[in-house]
Amino acid sequence: MNPVFAKEAGKVVLMMGNEAIARGAIEAGVDFTASYPGSPSSEIQETLSQAAKVFGHHAEWSVNEKVAFEACCGASFAGLRAITSMKQNGLNVVSDVLNTVNLSGTKGGVVLVVADDPGGHSSTNEMDSRLHAKLAELPLLEPSTPEEAKEMVKYAFELSEKVKLPVLIRSVTRISHARGDVRLGEVPARNRKPAMGFLDRFVGHPIIHPLLHLRVSQVKAEFEKSPFNSYLGPEGAETVIAASGPSAVYALEAVHSLGLDDQAGILKIGASWPMPEEFVVKHLSKAKNVIVYEEVEPFLEDNLKVVMAGAVMGGQPVPKFYCKRSGHIKGAKGPAIGEMTPDIVYDSLAAILGAKGRQRSPKFAAAEKKVLEWKLPAREWAFCAGCPHRASFWVIKNALKEDDREGVLIGDIGCYSMGVGKTGYNLSRTLQCMGAGIGFANGLGNLKDFNQPVVAIAGDSTFYHSCLPGLVNMKYNKSKMVFIVLDNSGTAMTGFQPHPGTGKNALGEPTDQVSMEKICAAVGIETRVVDPFELEEAIQALDDALESREPRVLIFRHKCALIEGRERKEDKPRVFIDQELCLGDECGCNRFCSRVFACPGLIWDESKKKAVIDDVVCTRCGICVSICPREAIRLESAPKKKAVRRKN
Amino acid sequence: MKMEKEPLNIIICGVGGQGNILASQIVANAGIKQGLKVSIGETYGASQRGGSVMSHIRFARSFHPGPLIPKGEADLIVGFEPLEALRVLVDYGKDETRVIFNPRPNYPISVLSGEARYPELDFIFKELKELAAEAKVLEATELARKAGNHLAQNLVMVGALAGSGWLDDLPLAAFEQVIGELFEDQAKRQLNLRAFNEGVRGISQARPL
Repeated sequence: MNPVFAKEAGKVVLMMGNEAIARGAIEAGVDFTASYPGSPSSEIQETLSQAAKVFGHHAEWSVNEKVAFEACCGASFAGLRAITSMKQNGLNVVSDVLNTVNLSGTKGGVVLVVADDPGGHSSTNEMDSRLHAKLAELPLLEPSTPEEAKEMVKYAFELSEKVKLPVLIRSVTRISHARGDVRLGEVPARNRKPAMGFLDRFVGHPIIHPLLHLRVSQVKAEFEKSPFNSYLGPEGAETVIAASGPSAVYALEAVHSLGLDDQAGILKIGASWPMPEEFVVKHLSKAKNVIVYEEVEPFLEDNLKVVMAGAVMGGQPVPKFYCKRSGHIKGAKGPAIGEMTPDIVYDSLAAILGAKGRQRSPKFAAAEKKVLEWKLPAREWAFCAGCPHRASFWVIKNALKEDDREGVLIGDIGCYSMGVGKTGYNLSRTLQCMGAGIGFANGLGNLKDFNQPVVAIAGDSTFYHSCLPGLVNMKYNKSKMVFIVLDNSGTAMTGFQPHPGTGKNALGEPTDQVSMEKICAAVGIETRVVDPFELEEAIQALDDALESREPRVLIFRHKCALIEGRERKEDKPRVFIDQELCLGDECGCNRFCSRVFACPGLIWDESKKKAVIDDVVCTRCGICVSICPREAIRLESAPKKKAVRRKN
Repeated sequence: MKMEKEPLNIIICGVGGQGNILASQIVANAGIKQGLKVSIGETYGASQRGGSVMSHIRFARSFHPGPLIPKGEADLIVGFEPLEALRVLVDYGKDETRVIFNPRPNYPISVLSGEARYPELDFIFKELKELAAEAKVLEATELARKAGNHLAQNLVMVGALAGSGWLDDLPLAAFEQVIGELFEDQAKRQLNLRAFNEGVRGISQARPL
């Protein structure tokens, strides 16, 4: 069994922050869990889904974040405890209902965990979700470690039930995707019975706004004495470092390592909105310098300044703030951009306090300069070896070229987002948020003097998440566009979670499959399903759709190579390059296979000046067999396949 | 390396899909078995998709370390790929840093497309030797193949780290216990233990650069 589910309280287990968050919900006796995956949050619901069989709570992958949160609110209206988790973009999808349910209030505890991605390791933005808490006037907690994240989840359920509001917990990559030793707590028996009494009504209306303010003031009173807010250091220190999230841990280490323990105190703010004003004033009123560390936006910084501006009315001097807005706290790209790192904290702290900073040895200082001359190649993201998206982009590239009207490809969010880069032949013109591609294409397909064909793509999970309104609109308003669903049978980018098209639920049990081709057919759009590995047939299908000059849907269906590899029992025939047939640089193909097709499994042997297959990387998908003009790429123990389409 | 230095900072680096995360989990769990406080920070938005992947593993006794190692503070670097080992050493190394690496290159797309050049292996070896206090090469992919599956090179490298003699506080038995507990499937457990032991054996005979 997963050690995260162990019943022995007191046991220490290595947990990912996301697992700790899930464990916190389990230790709070959660009844209902629903989410949509998104990095870096996905493992929270994954863990809760696995845990459902052990602890008996409900677990689901919902169709999108809004439905997930609303389902959680539904459970709450009946008196149950519910949790949802999402990445920062997901909170935008939820924000409509978040700004009415704050007024209507909730009943059973509702916790919304949002895992932000400062620096955008796997996101199209680095939005700071904390501003949503301020916008919706909801309580906000910010953990600094995986262990604290677990404790905060437990507390968030209690707080939510006390003040009848959803509680937001803001995680970040360095919590969610960090691991640490976490001590297990008790798992209580669950015995809540869902019921909606006559007076259980949840109506959002401005008339209730004063009630929301009353509730927020109750939360503020709680936060004034919250154990998640603490001060560590000498009493009355001249310098106070205010920090939230993992930045508080970096600050602690830096202060110690730079030998500043006697000089600077650390004000850690974990229960951060509404601001615990009296607590803040108590610890900052004697400070001359306040240094603020947080990621990404100056959220804590601005709130502290507002509090201090109000507090100095009594005549105290205003402390000097060293922060993002003052330009003192910044990474390589400037303040309030990218992740906070220990390096930023060490260097800025040493500079501000005039302490001796860290210096690299002469050898490494020299290496730091030399490395720029070495021009080490960067690692751009790429479709995996065997990825069906490579085939799909190859098809689209060839079809648009043949069509010869400068057709445009409108992208969307998923593994195929990488289509903006080399691996997708730089075809995608847009990359924004889920479901935006079909929307943009709806507009482009309805421009009177625009003669370039419009092709939009979306993945299978994205199709269900947010493409349905765009699909209906393209029929209703007759937008001349081809919508291609790149169906690889799972939510691949975030770890292969099931979705309504897979016929499996979050627990891995069979459920009713919602067919995307039937949906498209019901809307009345001509729809064809093709396998992109059948290059010729797929290119023809796209050619036909472009010719029709009316709304069309194509479903390019081929299972993700990673899922397929996991499920496959027996070996596939090895793919190899016949070294007799490959002419290398003599061929005239200009390294077509390795250079143009861009599969990481197909490499160039510099010593022999010929192409080779790297059998550690190759997944034996065989798609490259048909692209070599010399037919030198072959499947072991298989007849030669006829070559098709050799466009460069 | 005894835990006289706190925290002890280890980086495992490589390319998406090489099993970096599993390797760091095993090392960290071996530390927990010895009662150490541990933290791992990992960057894997691009895992499986050809990006550089790096795990920071930090052990301490007296406090809970944060998830990221400051630049220039790595004690040990385990490189699953030579270019990544060099890249990370330049950023995170110091004069005392020791390195073990798998010399098998993984070519970025920009190299395949001819826009960038992968440095000569001899050049990478020369720079690693010059910068590291000690650098050892281990043909981990070949050893993994010998153990039954070339993909188990991550376990070979974990074995190499465990058997390097650089982690006095973490006995081999702690690693073996963790691997035994991690894989419920008998065949997978055996494969991974074989790969681990190939690494332990391999590093004892490995040539320093």
